[in-house]
Amino acid sequence: MQLVRRSAIAVALGVSLYALQLWLADGLIEYVQRIVLLAGINVILAVGLNLINGTTGQFSIGHAGFMAVGAYGAAFFGVKLGPIISGVIGAGALADGVTFNVALLIGAVLAGLAGLLVGAPSLRLRGDYLAVVTLGFGEIIRISFNNAHFLGAATGYFGDTPAGLPAYTSFFWVYGWAIAIVILIRNLTFSQTGRSLTAIREDEIAAEAMATPTTRLKVLAFSLSAASAGIAGGLFAYMQSGIRPEDFRFDKSIDMVVMVIIGGLGSISGAIVGGVFVAVTLELMRDLQQFRLVLYALLLIVIMLVRPEGLLGSRELPELIRSRLGRAKVSK
Amino acid sequence: MFRRSLLGLFFALGVASTGSACKNKAADGGGSPGAAAEIVIGHYASMTGNTAHFGQDTDKAARLAADQLNAQGGVLGKKLKIVTLDTRGDGAEAANAVTRLIDVEKATAILGEVASSLSLQGGPIAQRRKIPMVSPSSTNPKVTQIGDYVFRVCYIDPFQGKVMAIFARQTLKLDKVAILKDVKNDYSIGLADAFQKAFVASGGTIAAEQSYSAGDTDFSAQVTAIKGSGAQAIWVPGYYAEVGAIARTAARLGVKMPLLGGDGWDAPELFTIGGDALNGSYFSNHFAPDQASALSQKFVADFKAKYGQDPTGLGALGYDGVMVIADAIKRAGKLEEPAIRDALAATKDYEAVTGKITMDKDRNPEKSVVVLKIDGGKAKYEALVNP
Amino acid sequence: MSTFLQQVLNGLSLGSIYALIALGYTMVYGILKLINFAHGEVFMIGAYAGYFGAVGLGVEGYGAAGFPLYLALVVLVFAMVVAALLGVSIEFLAYRPVRSAPRLTPLITAIGVSLFLQNAAMLAFSPNPRPYPPILREVRFELGGVIVTNVKLTIFVVAIGLMAGLSWFIQRTWTGKAMRAVATNLDAARLMGIDTDRIIRATFAVGSALAAAGGILFGLDQIMINPLMGMLTGLKAFVAAVLGGIGNVRGAVLGGLLIGLAEQLTAGYLSPDYRDAITFVILIIILILRPEGLLGVVRPEKV
Repeated sequence: MQLVRRSAIAVALGVSLYALQLWLADGLIEYVQRIVLLAGINVILAVGLNLINGTTGQFSIGHAGFMAVGAYGAAFFGVKLGPIISGVIGAGALADGVTFNVALLIGAVLAGLAGLLVGAPSLRLRGDYLAVVTLGFGEIIRISFNNAHFLGAATGYFGDTPAGLPAYTSFFWVYGWAIAIVILIRNLTFSQTGRSLTAIREDEIAAEAMATPTTRLKVLAFSLSAASAGIAGGLFAYMQSGIRPEDFRFDKSIDMVVMVIIGGLGSISGAIVGGVFVAVTLELMRDLQQFRLVLYALLLIVIMLVRPEGLLGSRELPELIRSRLGRAKVSK
Repeated sequence: MFRRSLLGLFFALGVASTGSACKNKAADGGGSPGAAAEIVIGHYASMTGNTAHFGQDTDKAARLAADQLNAQGGVLGKKLKIVTLDTRGDGAEAANAVTRLIDVEKATAILGEVASSLSLQGGPIAQRRKIPMVSPSSTNPKVTQIGDYVFRVCYIDPFQGKVMAIFARQTLKLDKVAILKDVKNDYSIGLADAFQKAFVASGGTIAAEQSYSAGDTDFSAQVTAIKGSGAQAIWVPGYYAEVGAIARTAARLGVKMPLLGGDGWDAPELFTIGGDALNGSYFSNHFAPDQASALSQKFVADFKAKYGQDPTGLGALGYDGVMVIADAIKRAGKLEEPAIRDALAATKDYEAVTGKITMDKDRNPEKSVVVLKIDGGKAKYEALVNP
Repeated sequence: MSTFLQQVLNGLSLGSIYALIALGYTMVYGILKLINFAHGEVFMIGAYAGYFGAVGLGVEGYGAAGFPLYLALVVLVFAMVVAALLGVSIEFLAYRPVRSAPRLTPLITAIGVSLFLQNAAMLAFSPNPRPYPPILREVRFELGGVIVTNVKLTIFVVAIGLMAGLSWFIQRTWTGKAMRAVATNLDAARLMGIDTDRIIRATFAVGSALAAAGGILFGLDQIMINPLMGMLTGLKAFVAAVLGGIGNVRGAVLGGLLIGLAEQLTAGYLSPDYRDAITFVILIIILILRPEGLLGVVRPEKV
């Protein structure tokens, strides 16, 4: 019964995404379509980062590096494997779809591995140190790409043709992956493992005293978080003609941090809200472009001073709505 | 079994959507500008961020061009309007900006970008939507290879590098040159490679190869290494801020060899930062201030009158970009993008501030390079090299 | 050989500047256990304060005759005062309200302040790099193939002088002793009647003033300043503080010199592309092998 119900939901979801996609492609100008796609990518970034920054309470401010690994990995392998896959299946939309997802997965795996490499030595460190180390790794990753000549170095990687990378990214895939990742992370967060992660956030020493394998769990969460940043990176790469190391600067890591903090550290729905917020305000503030970072910085400071738990705290939206409704009923 | 077929169904939908997404975007044409009373030229440039200077210079000159054209009655009887969108030096933003210029601002033609890597982001969008794009100063050959709707008004790296290499070898009679390039900047890398190829091909040797990143402040390590390499000159194809500091560092460390560079040197700040350390150095540019044509002298005077500062080479190219677009629109006679594109491709012997422009079959202009020598804190004409 | 010595000399002078900035980090961390991310920006503002101070005093007018030494000192003091005021304001407005909050909050606040200052400076001062005014007229000597300028000598003299002054201040004055007490145990110090708020303010003031001095020296040595110069340099200085042992004043000095040397030698002999990366690599290594730093003391964490 469970299976049938779940499958029905999945099918309904898939069909509605597809329908939405067709409607949007016709109804919205390309400019707005891009923003919608970027919002979806942000959601993936935010939810992924929230797993490590929010749920596990380990502060990482270098996640743009993992996004870069995912982006370059997906771009490079997508371009190289494309012809092979087309050769096997026969060129066309099917081959494109397969290439795209294979590339995304490769990018995610590479990003996850990078997360493992970074996390393993670093996650033994305390909060502030960890932040600086992750920042450092983010920069090291970016500098490495800047010096990687086979990936275009500073000019960037544009695939093998002057027209750039193929535009695989679409509404369906971005939001499909976003939903998948949100479900995955949500299930993880509310599982036994997730509770252990929260325990680590609340009091690591106590958790360790209770025989929780803290370091191992932290590294796991970190890798997952990096892998989801990698998926976002891959999706990002295939909506541009190419990617450059400059696209994954510290600024991007800060954008991700802002997303998570606005929504509330530890809240998945908060991260979703934060992700959409950042994408939308980025474009809305076009006229105020030079003030954007100043305002973001002020926003960070003000939030910390006034409401450090962000919009939703560590609670989730459904819970919040239910409690509000409950209160309304009682007061009536 | 069930789950797998479910996955398969999901996947099939996704595949179909990818196909349809691509198709939908391609079918969409550009905006319809015919009815409007204005002609919109969209300009995408870095107006904020690390490279804000370049975008702002280009933009100021572009607006000067538009103002002058409008004062003379506009183009095809309509006023020219420049809409500028900031790319913040970011790839995603460049793509967003070009998309917005086409969809929202209904641009007839697009000017931009200065940075080749950003032109490579915006170009494919302009090409796909069939809106002509003219880059004022992207020098990477790949940019115009994107498609037949992408043009430029500057010379490309391979040409400029070759010119300076031959100059170094034949005129300055140099045998060993060191290279100091900016690895964060594809313009610098391209120019360094072009120089190296040509210099070695004509019999010279590269004594040392050093690099820095735009934004670096300390060059003593690189200059010290070059000092001990036996080089007779240093090829520094970077931007003026770092070049000026490098010159000072070299003077400070007792390195007495000439520096050679490209048009990235062209800015008044080069002299305020580099000072006397730059005397005896050479760089290639679009025109020489002391030997300029009447047209370029007027441009410099007009720019100074309007903005209170001297224009840089980038500014001159921005001005020319708009002028060339306007000229093409006039010759096309109608506001249809394909016609404008064809007129652009047919540009022949157009008298621009930065020289005579004739578009070759790759949509790159055939232009001459001017070599300047720095003496007494000023740049002076030294030689002219034709393609 | 002379090339090597030249690189070493350059590395040590750069390192002295890092040391000056690192002192600020280490003192604040010693007391508040907070990484003052905004410290790098205080360094940058100090450099700009020196710039505007010099321009205001008409440095360009002096030309070849050279800016008189007493005016140069005025510029230095001016910048140090501006920075001290800035540091204290940051503490008061952004850090004090969250002092009792969980560790993550002040960290994020500090990052926010740092970003704010960087971008505000870009708006106020324009993002373009500016050449530093010739507060000191440059004189070069050559010693056995190694070029030494009076700027480099000034850096050493000023840095050593300030560090010696700080050392004296901490060891011999009442405020200095109070600082050490607060660093050892904040609550106990308060119980002993020390006005901890005042001491914290003083710590920020002193650290910021030192950073400003570093800023001016940096401008003189590196020729150019820009609003983003604080971020990377600040980070490197922080690594220097950690390398030497955070909370340890002598450690900050040692760490600064070592980082400066490492950076310069990497740039000269390995590749300039990795000059920034080497600092982070050192950070990671030291945090894995000896997290308390070279001169630090292992402190057991009380539960």
